[in-house]
Amino acid sequence: MVAQNIAFGIMAALMAFCAIRVVTTDNLVRAALFLVGVLAGVAGIYILLAAEFVAAVQIIVYIGAVVVLFLFGIMLTKAQIGKAAHLTGDKWPIGLCIAVVMAGTLGYVLLKAFGNQKVDEGRTIGTSALVSDSIFGTYLIPFEVISILLLAALIGAIVLAKKD
Amino acid sequence: MPINAFLLLAAFLFCTGLYGVLARRNAVLVLMSVELILNAVNINLVAFGTRFKGDMTGQVFALFVIAIAAAEVGVGLAIVLLIHRNKSSINVDELDSMKG
Repeated sequence: MVAQNIAFGIMAALMAFCAIRVVTTDNLVRAALFLVGVLAGVAGIYILLAAEFVAAVQIIVYIGAVVVLFLFGIMLTKAQIGKAAHLTGDKWPIGLCIAVVMAGTLGYVLLKAFGNQKVDEGRTIGTSALVSDSIFGTYLIPFEVISILLLAALIGAIVLAKKD
Repeated sequence: MPINAFLLLAAFLFCTGLYGVLARRNAVLVLMSVELILNAVNINLVAFGTRFKGDMTGQVFALFVIAIAAAEVGVGLAIVLLIHRNKSSINVDELDSMKG
């Protein structure tokens, strides 16, 4: 129990720091690298929640593929390497106000609704076998729809990005 | 562990992403902030999923969201690339050609 709490505290602090740096840093490549910190922290949180398959997919898909896509996007849009000016708009205080109000509302509602409830300690571990039973059983049709969506997105991305 | 620890962390990630979407001007950074928001949702799905013993629904939905996020980033970056090619800028404040 104590080990879990310490691990959660370390990961939460790391994720909070990295998330804030993603939205405040004035260096595009560093923003992508801080995003890796957040995504790795989320994978750790999945392990704490006994969702090992989702944690593996998180690392493979997000850190392996999505961050590389972002780095390619930064490279192909000829972004300035190093400090770049004007990455944040002039009206950022309004955005900050909205985010703070949203955080306050969400925090109040969550504390009120789930005050003393705990994560089930005898929870089932999300092994590949159990998750695949669920995907290829109850959620077979949504899974097939997702594969068609991925194909459509793939073709769409190629059509949009190719030079005529 | 209290379930609120995970939910509050996810709420913080969501609000950070919200600030990024509203305040950032570079389109690639806006897409990164959207990823923060989607990850917050995923943490919530998996955390609530632990409340149902032997039921993997929360984790399966998190996997679906991960797949959709990957598709969204692919198409989103292709659109950003196209905007960069046509306007040689990816500043979202300057994209007002659909403004009435």
